[in-house]
Amino acid sequence: MSLLIKNVLAIDGQVGLHEVCDIRIEDGLIAEIGKDLPEDGSEVRDLTGCVATPGFVDIHVHLREPGYEYKEDIESGTRAAAHGGMVAVCSMPNTNPVTDTASTIEFVLRRAREAGHCRVLPSGACTQGLKGEILAEMGDMALHGAVAFTDDGRGVQDAAMMRRVMEYASQFDRPVMAHCQDDALVGSGQINEGPVSTLLGLTGWPAQGEEIQIARDIELCRLTGCHYHVQHVTTARGIDLIRQAKADGLPVTCEVTPHHLFLDETCIDDSYNTYLKVNPPLRSADDAKALLEAVIDGTVDALVTDHAPHADFEKDREFEEAPFGMTGIETALSLYITKLVDPGIITWERLVELLAANPREILNQPKVKLAVGYPADITVTDPKIEWTVTPDEFESKAYNSGFLGWELKGRARDVYVDGKATLKDGVVCD
Amino acid sequence: MAFPHKHLIDIREYSADDIMLLLETAQRFKQINERRIKKVPTLKGFTVVNMFNEPSTRTRSSFEIAEKRLSCDVLNFGGSSTSTVKGESLTDTVETLCSYKIDMIVVRDKHAGVPRKIADTVDAHVIDAGDGKHQHPTQALLDLYSIWQQFGHFEGLRVGIVGDISHSRVCGSLIPALKTLGAHVTIIAPPTLVPLNPEVLGIDEVSSKLDEVLPSLDVVYMLRIQRERLEGAPFPSLREYHMLFGLTKERDALMKPEAIICHPGPINRGVELDSFMADNPARSVILDQVYAGVLVRMAALYLLLGGNEQ
Amino acid sequence: MVDISQAKSICMDASEVDRALTRIAHQILEANKGANEVALVGIVTRGDSLAMRLRDIIRDIEGIEVPLGKLDISFYRDDFATYISPELLNTDIPFDIDGMHVVLVDDVLYTGRTIRAALDALMDIGRPACVQLAVLADRGHRELPIRADYVGKNIPSSSSENVRLYLEEVDGITAMAIFDIAPGTRPGSAPLPQKGGE
Repeated sequence: MSLLIKNVLAIDGQVGLHEVCDIRIEDGLIAEIGKDLPEDGSEVRDLTGCVATPGFVDIHVHLREPGYEYKEDIESGTRAAAHGGMVAVCSMPNTNPVTDTASTIEFVLRRAREAGHCRVLPSGACTQGLKGEILAEMGDMALHGAVAFTDDGRGVQDAAMMRRVMEYASQFDRPVMAHCQDDALVGSGQINEGPVSTLLGLTGWPAQGEEIQIARDIELCRLTGCHYHVQHVTTARGIDLIRQAKADGLPVTCEVTPHHLFLDETCIDDSYNTYLKVNPPLRSADDAKALLEAVIDGTVDALVTDHAPHADFEKDREFEEAPFGMTGIETALSLYITKLVDPGIITWERLVELLAANPREILNQPKVKLAVGYPADITVTDPKIEWTVTPDEFESKAYNSGFLGWELKGRARDVYVDGKATLKDGVVCD
Repeated sequence: MAFPHKHLIDIREYSADDIMLLLETAQRFKQINERRIKKVPTLKGFTVVNMFNEPSTRTRSSFEIAEKRLSCDVLNFGGSSTSTVKGESLTDTVETLCSYKIDMIVVRDKHAGVPRKIADTVDAHVIDAGDGKHQHPTQALLDLYSIWQQFGHFEGLRVGIVGDISHSRVCGSLIPALKTLGAHVTIIAPPTLVPLNPEVLGIDEVSSKLDEVLPSLDVVYMLRIQRERLEGAPFPSLREYHMLFGLTKERDALMKPEAIICHPGPINRGVELDSFMADNPARSVILDQVYAGVLVRMAALYLLLGGNEQ
Repeated sequence: MVDISQAKSICMDASEVDRALTRIAHQILEANKGANEVALVGIVTRGDSLAMRLRDIIRDIEGIEVPLGKLDISFYRDDFATYISPELLNTDIPFDIDGMHVVLVDDVLYTGRTIRAALDALMDIGRPACVQLAVLADRGHRELPIRADYVGKNIPSSSSENVRLYLEEVDGITAMAIFDIAPGTRPGSAPLPQKGGE
């Protein structure tokens, strides 16, 4: 059975493609790309007005299973991913039990096979129990499918431990992805340390608490040669450090989130909206501006969401007691179109780099291109559709989004994984 | 008429006129507090819940006296054991309280933003009796009342606030209110006790040299050193703090003759102040502040609860 | 100067007010067998001014200056939930009322609610031997079992009208006048001070 997608604007800078054409999919692969392809018995989908790109990948997602299924599980999290236009996600290991052994990696992969709506590329913990004390069995996890190692949610506090993590991981050709947070400096920090924390009487989470670890780890990268990926960079100085490391030729990559790009600390006011409590915190408007510049100039390799679902009752608490994190996977693509592509700040080609090409490269995954013979992992976006972010728009179990009420433009219409539709006309396929 | 506020949560929402009306109303309650029957029936039938989710003796008793002297029905709720400890959310707790058809919640909480959250959740009036490191508006009002009683005005008064600015909810309310009323505010503290961007609170100057600033001040406001909040030891010892920032007998000579000393209490004698200064009747208004607490809280209850029904 | 040209009618002019007060002063002295135990307490606003005039008249007649106080009933009102007074008033009774014959003085007696509040306020201050009530005008429409001991003039009125007293020392003119209640305004005898006029 073959499928013919007709009249889409196909964009993929990897192959220099940017034209309205048809795409034929057979046996999970792209069989033909061209203008006015004959039906030849294929099922036909006319997607006139939509944009087809290599399938998008979000390499920073909390699926919460095992352990926190009341927040999200692999079924609902991947359903949300498909709804948001993603063909694959990299899951974070801060589950319960922590994904720090081959058996938990296998569990995540098995659940994804059984119930998933997109590819799940699990990451494993760097250290046992995310405690930063003893190395996790990275080799065994790598053999069983872990694509990266990270203690996300916490920084590795001890520099010698971080060196060991990076040295040890380097033998497996897997990146070490780091959540940068110096506990001694950050303490019980709630929001960015600055005017807003002073005004609202909340303990500050200083930029330096993040930057000091980025600086330290870049030097350890210089020492170990390990591929070092900085997760959710939030500050101008952090970006500068990464820009310099790249200029030095170090194997350093980084990612930013939509909330750090499009929101800043001044969004937090005396309504103490806990949905805006994220880690690292929303920074200053100047920081957000620096992140945007880094997205444009290529310093930022990947856009990720750090999709962090929480139950309503967990967020409906005193600000200081509420957990960190906001959801994002179902609003990200629309935000990028509304805030970056539509105003002409970046091109669709650059978006494909940030959401498709670079994320796969960071995780050493096979390339996906809009070209014959490549797997038919395709995201088809309707760039014109307008919608308002409300809780009932989400497939995720959670709706702790900082973008509720926003009017957005553009949304995923169809998503194909190995040629099989996971999203059709904006509806997740079961 | 009705007072143009339903809640007393953020003093920055109050205009100079609003604040002065509160202070003048407080003054009217003074005579009631000085007669034999220290009670009026004004708020008969109004139910006020004192929801103190953090230990507090002074503020809670001051509110309770104010409420009782206005004939409110008073329910004291919380104390050190809160529902939150039992697993009930704040929202559920206040919704439960409001099922009793109460009129006002006076809330003290160790978390910033709780009074606003309660006000957004239920229909009752809310008074912030101190939320985390955020605000403590009735403390600011009683401080203002004490200053006003001494000087009769605020315009151009030079107020120095000495001590732990970073952890002070008093500053969060007092500084903006002083600025609204036209005073000049300097904070004097070791840099380890000054928050980032203190200018957002509205202060005019920051100094770490008490002796240089002291001669210019009309009001010297000594903040309490809360030993339990001093994680990370922001200064080496109480001895050194007293040496650099304590109001000692020697420093009395540096002060203007008419300058007064305020302190929110309870005093750590020998840390913020010498006994000579704390008990100096010519300067210390510390006990007046305690009395003013009852008056301004009566005024706040009276103005917030009155005139609202159609 | 207050504009009373909007008034429907003037029911007492300055000389009628003077004569009524003089008569009330005589009646008080007669009922209390002199001025020795009499104290005057005026209800703010206007009642306090009337009490001051009564004290002066009694001094002229009797040669005795009776104790004079003023009473603010704001904290004793029964309509607090719907209305708080914008005026900053104060009770000032600089003498011990215990055992005194306290004459409460007010301008217009209407529903009786003000007097009810004043009696409560007075009882919280002390224990007078007796309390009497003197009013310049009684316009009827009582809602409580209260009557005045001394009345300047009975003024039949409709509940859609306000009866207001203006006094030279406060308003620049002395007169008792009847007004229609303008829609949205509050019934009451004392004219509210103009904003910024204090």
